[in-house]
Amino acid sequence: MNPNGPSAEPLEAAPNVAPASRRPCGPDQMDEAGETPALHARLGYGRSGMSAAGNQRTSRWLVVLALAMFAFGFALVPLYDVFCDITGLNRDAAQALANNTQVDASRKVRIELVANVRDEALWRFAAPSQPVDVHPGELVQVEYELENLTNRPLIGRAVPSYAPLAAAAHFKKIDCFCFREQRLAPYETVRLPVLFVLDRGVARDMKVVTLSYTFFALGKRT
Amino acid sequence: MEATLAPSLPDEHHAAPTGLWRWLTTTNHKDIGTLYFWFAATMFLIGGLMAMLIRAELFQPGLQLVQPEVFNQLTTLHGLIMIFGVIMPAFTAFANWQVPLMIGAPDMAFPRMNNWSFWLLPVAGMFLVGSLFLPGGAVAGGWTMYPPLFMQGGISYDLTIFAIHIMGASSIMGSINIATTILNMRAPGMTLMKMPLFVWTWLITAFLLIAVMPVLAGAVTMLLADRNFGTHFFDAAGGGDPVMFQHVFWFFGHPEVYILILPAFGIISSVIPTFSRKPLFGYASMVYATASIAILSFLVWGHHMFTVGMPAAAQLYFMYATLLIAVPTGVKVFNWVATMWRGSLTFETAMLFAVAFVCLFTIGGFSGLVLAMVPVDIQLQDTYYVVAHFHYVLVTGALFSIYAGIYYWLPKWTGHMVNETWGRWHFWLSAISVNVLFFPMHFLGLAGMPRRIPDYALQFADFNRVASLGGFVFGASQILLLIVILKCIRGGVKAEARAWEGAEGLEWTVPSPAPYHTFVVPPEVK
Amino acid sequence: MRLGRRQVVMACWLGWIQPAAADWALNLPAPKSDIAARIYDIHTLILLVCLGIFVVVFGAMFYALFKHRKSVGHEAHHFHEHTTVEVIWTVIPLLILVGMAWPATRAVLDQKDTTNPDLTIKVTGYQWKWEYDYLQDGVKFISASSTPADQIANKVAKGAHYLLEVDEPMVVPVGKKVRILLTSHDVIHAWWVSELGVKQDAIPGFIRDTWFRANEIGTYRGQCAELCGRGHAFMPIVVEVKSEADYQTWLAAKQAGKQAKAVAAVAAVSKTYSAEELKASGEKIYAANCAACHQADGKGLPGVFPALAGSKVANGPAAAHIDRVLHGKDGTAMSAFQDQLDDADLAAVITWERTAWGNKGSPVQPADVKAQRK
Repeated sequence: MNPNGPSAEPLEAAPNVAPASRRPCGPDQMDEAGETPALHARLGYGRSGMSAAGNQRTSRWLVVLALAMFAFGFALVPLYDVFCDITGLNRDAAQALANNTQVDASRKVRIELVANVRDEALWRFAAPSQPVDVHPGELVQVEYELENLTNRPLIGRAVPSYAPLAAAAHFKKIDCFCFREQRLAPYETVRLPVLFVLDRGVARDMKVVTLSYTFFALGKRT
Repeated sequence: MEATLAPSLPDEHHAAPTGLWRWLTTTNHKDIGTLYFWFAATMFLIGGLMAMLIRAELFQPGLQLVQPEVFNQLTTLHGLIMIFGVIMPAFTAFANWQVPLMIGAPDMAFPRMNNWSFWLLPVAGMFLVGSLFLPGGAVAGGWTMYPPLFMQGGISYDLTIFAIHIMGASSIMGSINIATTILNMRAPGMTLMKMPLFVWTWLITAFLLIAVMPVLAGAVTMLLADRNFGTHFFDAAGGGDPVMFQHVFWFFGHPEVYILILPAFGIISSVIPTFSRKPLFGYASMVYATASIAILSFLVWGHHMFTVGMPAAAQLYFMYATLLIAVPTGVKVFNWVATMWRGSLTFETAMLFAVAFVCLFTIGGFSGLVLAMVPVDIQLQDTYYVVAHFHYVLVTGALFSIYAGIYYWLPKWTGHMVNETWGRWHFWLSAISVNVLFFPMHFLGLAGMPRRIPDYALQFADFNRVASLGGFVFGASQILLLIVILKCIRGGVKAEARAWEGAEGLEWTVPSPAPYHTFVVPPEVK
Repeated sequence: MRLGRRQVVMACWLGWIQPAAADWALNLPAPKSDIAARIYDIHTLILLVCLGIFVVVFGAMFYALFKHRKSVGHEAHHFHEHTTVEVIWTVIPLLILVGMAWPATRAVLDQKDTTNPDLTIKVTGYQWKWEYDYLQDGVKFISASSTPADQIANKVAKGAHYLLEVDEPMVVPVGKKVRILLTSHDVIHAWWVSELGVKQDAIPGFIRDTWFRANEIGTYRGQCAELCGRGHAFMPIVVEVKSEADYQTWLAAKQAGKQAKAVAAVAAVSKTYSAEELKASGEKIYAANCAACHQADGKGLPGVFPALAGSKVANGPAAAHIDRVLHGKDGTAMSAFQDQLDDADLAAVITWERTAWGNKGSPVQPADVKAQRK
């Protein structure tokens, strides 16, 4: 920007002061904190710690705060899961079988099974065509079907999802193909079992629950 | 003014650089404030031209001027540029110019870092704007950068992330500088509760920036890693969750909203008492309200994502927390009105913009209240109602406060009074056209027009035409501001040290224009 | 008459009667479900409360602006604190907010209550169309915008439902609780029909549910509400609400149609079409499925979507071309069309791509496509 341009002009026209060309604090003579504050300390700007050292101390704290918040940004990812665990909002709730497995025969919950696949070119992924009706507390097994449509081996993984979300906390999976990567030989078809208990804590008015898996290819995309 | 007279300093007689080199190497807070200001003005021109193009495309249904992918680039860049390139640098310009003057400090705490903070910005700005000319065009996934859409872009997406990193670094350095200056370099007797409210709002803003800009940096770094290094932070295929990005982003994004408005509160709290010739009503409650808004801003991010399918309990929590923010914000508005009450009011351009701010920002606040209601938000999320809401808050809020501040402090910066006739024209044209531009967007949103679309159904045609016409007038009116500023720099009625009759504060004790070095000997504040 | 009262309220605060036409519409559309009606009422309530506060606060401000000016000789009074007043204007807004939050809270809980549906439909968002899967009835179809490209390009007059019309609407019975299970195939979309009061994001890899119960027979139109790329403005939603009997008829026809189509597809495979026949239907299929990315002129968008005009695939061996369309291309926006189009349609569209815009590829028959299905 032109120093003689409009914005600079009034500054230099200022009466009563050192002209701009005689600035005392060119960067070449400044210490780390800049000279002016140091000068200030000498001239008696002096509530507590108002010195170059004070500035350094304050800024150090602020830098630490900034770095901590940067780390916190990343930590939000796991923290969010922890939060969901605590509040029972987690999608993948405790997988252990509840100790007290009495079956609540007085009611039934309909489980709808849904399959989604991201890379239709590679896989055919199918859910059982009919929903299953289960008693809370009852051990249930269903099977999905996965087919490799290509002439090469594939690795993939299923990601579960539940609707309504509140149902997630009540799905206790004893075994699920989603725990593991799936490796399929060319044109191979496999049946993938899920063994689960819908625990008795599931709300009485929750009569239909959807369990969905989305299958993704893993590894480098071809 | 003996306070401003430099005693004989050891290093004073030193050949200072001139020309471009002077501006590249300056460590003077007033020079750097000026640089920030012109940077913001340049970016405002670029972002504004994009807005004009957007409104021109939306003038009638059908695709006329730009293809959808270009339209998406325009809306995305318009958002990023206006937030990171205009409003934030403009407020930093005010902080640089005014904070040392208002607290009686000779300069910022770290003058050399101050130079660095500024010169990072043009680099980032060039990356952002330059990405338009890369193959595939600029980033088009919206300023919120939601994955997986953000994964689909080309090289310009990575460049945008880089630009955001640079701007973030600049903001963090600037904020550390401002916070340190305010905490450590106040003149003797300038206790915290004697600081002008503008300084208070900037202190709190600086802390918000230091707290959330790193979170944004973390979020975009994770995006960068997902795009280039095979991680799966936000990709369901690898056990990640795309909604997670939204959580992290809005954990930054909501405090960011207050970063964009708290300094505005500060400016308005300087302007209104001056032209009411009365002290600010409820100074202490203003400080507490600002602090509580800042704290609450960390607790409400979920209201940006009511439609992602969060549980009812989470929706309700975020709704209540959001409603709570209305209380301290209301206190501020009431205090401003009470400041004007039984004053001795005059309406210079700065005051006109301040009054318009109070009125129109409140409309933005009310539409915010409507959007905070989860059931209503389900209807209005991602519609033009939201566009209307945040433009009322950011244009008639943040931008109008910047205008008020410019008209208020220009005499101090240039030594000349503002040409009020031109200023009034600028005000009335802006204030009327901005409402013609944004008010109909409420109706469009209610009637069902989604945001970020280049083409729309026929029933939205009427209000879009009205909004576009308002937009063109508003855009053109801003040329008047440039003329006012240039006229003011070149000449005009000489300004007194106390340029305005009712002005209070240390900055009005130094001559106009403010000398290159001020408060080299600290003033005594009683 | 709920609606009548609402419109009177609207008319009062705006000072004129809302015109019957949708143009210049000032408010939410007339609600067609209970949830939408409650949202409408909550919105009206908040609007009136805000308006009241606005009038009081800014009435005071404008009074000051006129009466307390220096030019009329008003002297400033130097008060700057009043604890009682400050406490009052902190507490009163708090109470107003509680009053507003109450009805909203009840509505949220009902909105989230997806239990006991009569019907569940899985909706999948694609760039840029929707797929509807009637889980229990074995009916599944794609619903894409049917607005002609020429209307968008301003070459012909726009139709009444410009950008809000689809080739196959979603059909539901009136008065039944319809649960929508949402997911997405690629990026985040949002399924929104204002008159029914539903909006829910569709998130790839996860399912989310929401519900509605339409009170009135009719056709309701909505749009994708989450930015999803260049076609975001062009993926409308149309819900046709029918009587139970009409719905059952539609469902039966759909199921029968599916079988008939399968039979026809089998027949088509054994048939040989002329290049002209293939090109004629191929052009239409191209416009509906391919032109959004590759453009009507086949030139694509440089740097984003590849050109087909003069491309190696379209001018090279047919097998590679069929493979690309059938199975898509990994890691790009090119999706697999094997489940979306049948052999005859695929043969037609591939033939069109290979012969249009100066391309010199060979035509393709349905049998060729079938041979390459895996």
